[in-house]
Amino acid sequence: MGSRASSLLREEDIEEIKKQTGFSHSQITRLYSRFHSLDKGENGALSREDFQRIPELAINPLGDRIINAFFPEGEDQVNFRGFMRTLAHFRPVEDNEKNKDPTSGEPLNSRTNKLFFAFQLYDLDRDDKISRDELLQVLRMMVGVNISDEQLGSIADRTIQEADTNGDMCISFSEFTKVMPGKAIDITADLQNGA
Amino acid sequence: MEKINSFLSFKKSTECLCARVECKILRSHLLREMEGAWEIAFVLFQVWLSIVVGLIVLPAMFGVSLGFTDIYIKVLVKTLEWATLRIQRGQKEQPTLPSQSANGIIEKDDGSMEEEIGELRRSHPKNLAGGDFTMCDAFYFCKKGIENIVEDQVTQRFTSEELASWNLLTRTNNNFRYISVRLTIIWGLGVFIRYCILLPLRITLAVIGLSWLVIGTTLVGLLPSCNAKNWLSDLVHITCYRICARGLSATIRYHNKENRPKKGGICVANHTSPIDIVILANDGCYAMVGQVHGGLMGVIQRSIVRSCPHVWFERSEMKDRHAVAKRLKDHIADKTKLPILIFPEGTCINNTSVMMFKKGSFEIGGTIYPVAIKYDPQFGDAFWNSAKYNMVSYLLRMMTSWAIVCNVWYLPPMTRQDGEDAVQFANRVKSAIAHQGGLVDLSWDGGLKREKVKESFKEEQQKMYSSMIVGSDFHEASVGPA
Repeated sequence: MGSRASSLLREEDIEEIKKQTGFSHSQITRLYSRFHSLDKGENGALSREDFQRIPELAINPLGDRIINAFFPEGEDQVNFRGFMRTLAHFRPVEDNEKNKDPTSGEPLNSRTNKLFFAFQLYDLDRDDKISRDELLQVLRMMVGVNISDEQLGSIADRTIQEADTNGDMCISFSEFTKVMPGKAIDITADLQNGA
Repeated sequence: MEKINSFLSFKKSTECLCARVECKILRSHLLREMEGAWEIAFVLFQVWLSIVVGLIVLPAMFGVSLGFTDIYIKVLVKTLEWATLRIQRGQKEQPTLPSQSANGIIEKDDGSMEEEIGELRRSHPKNLAGGDFTMCDAFYFCKKGIENIVEDQVTQRFTSEELASWNLLTRTNNNFRYISVRLTIIWGLGVFIRYCILLPLRITLAVIGLSWLVIGTTLVGLLPSCNAKNWLSDLVHITCYRICARGLSATIRYHNKENRPKKGGICVANHTSPIDIVILANDGCYAMVGQVHGGLMGVIQRSIVRSCPHVWFERSEMKDRHAVAKRLKDHIADKTKLPILIFPEGTCINNTSVMMFKKGSFEIGGTIYPVAIKYDPQFGDAFWNSAKYNMVSYLLRMMTSWAIVCNVWYLPPMTRQDGEDAVQFANRVKSAIAHQGGLVDLSWDGGLKREKVKESFKEEQQKMYSSMIVGSDFHEASVGPA
């Protein structure tokens, strides 16, 4: 049922997560219920299989890439903190934050961090560059078997041509940022404020 | 010396004798007391049984209500309203208490893939006339993926529905913290009433009901085939299910009784729990369809099939779809046989939605009588989460809930139209049921409870996306660089 799971989450933990991610108290308890209901093994951490059990995610062409984003390098389990950190990227961007603390670093849901999340969907080997191969791989995931290799190759070439400004045939993060329409970031999943 | 010895032995033997006599007296004393206690218990049991039979079973069999359940429900509603107000007041005073919101946590845009990717691209600095790939397309999939991780349409259907406000049952306790003494007392009183008063009563009724079913149907089965036999069989079935319904404190409202399923038809309903059968059979007689079970279920199955034809399949037979279809067809072709009751979802869903109807029952032909069943979760959660509870613990949970309150709507009969295949017909019936019951109409397969989703759905998504980006590419390829 997952409703009693919230009793396993201590107040101190909730406060810490609140500070780190910016989610409200009720959002955190709801997401904890969700985390708990996905955690079929009841070991306090989610594995890739737990995510795959969501049918709508399993049929998403980029499903594997999205699931991967939750797991830090080389790890197979993600705990609740990690889960919340990743989800925090998708909170709506706040322009006027009341307690803007300059020393706390950028909030997870800032424009830059959202863009970087999207960048990492493409950058499979995490070397801060999107190479032609990586772009092809992601394209292949999205289109399946419906487009031929040559066509896909030309799409990839054209995309790199448009974005690449320093001629290294790869897309760096700054080049990526320039090509992204500003509005696209706002459209990323809007987790309701204060729900 | 000899005299002393013989005196001592005489003393010993008399002592032994005395001890033995004392033992015997004690034992007979105890036995009498125990017998007395047993007699008292027996008398109490007889009184209890006659009260139950007189006040509940007999009226139930005649379909008469003495009004106890109505009063009980009214009192319950008032109590729960009071409790809700109390909790809300308590939450206002303690702002750290998280409020229970049944609303989703996400603002969802429910546009199609084309619409949403189009919106993403429209803000692209390079003005493209549709088609072609842009890197921000990945955002669409990413957003959908994250939304589904936070809240998806399918997995929530396989667990109990969340209540908007607590209904004083421990099992639905969601973040309840101590709010007031009165609330806790009422909750405690509720526990006592449910477990110590209602539970024994309901178990007694269930036992009476089921034994009556087995005995009655076996007796009726001894008669030769005739009209009287059918009439008696219907009588036995209905009275038994009525007793069982009282055993759950079930309050059922039937709507549109003129559309009740007729003989030679197929009754189709949404499935929430095994209790659905009791709910529907309270107002009509149906032929059941299902697998042969062992144990108590098997006993019941074997006896009820003696009084009127039901359709029981062996496990091996279930795999052969043609054999199954043929048996059902033969059954409905015979207009003297009762309408078949089928649950096309194939598994229990939590009564917030209707999931995919398996097309098997819709290929047989015949008239389909759709029925929508909606339980009121406030009084008791009827959903059977077979992954979490086995049948016995489920029934115990049912019998320790407040009550089962539900609405049953009989929908007008439907038949397959020309040019409609079984899948489309099934979807049409499903939509009608979902619309009437106020349930969400989903195309997802209820089998996803246990199985993985088919790869073909992913391929569909990929195909849709490909057609979006290939559009203008084709044009460029033909016109392309010479």
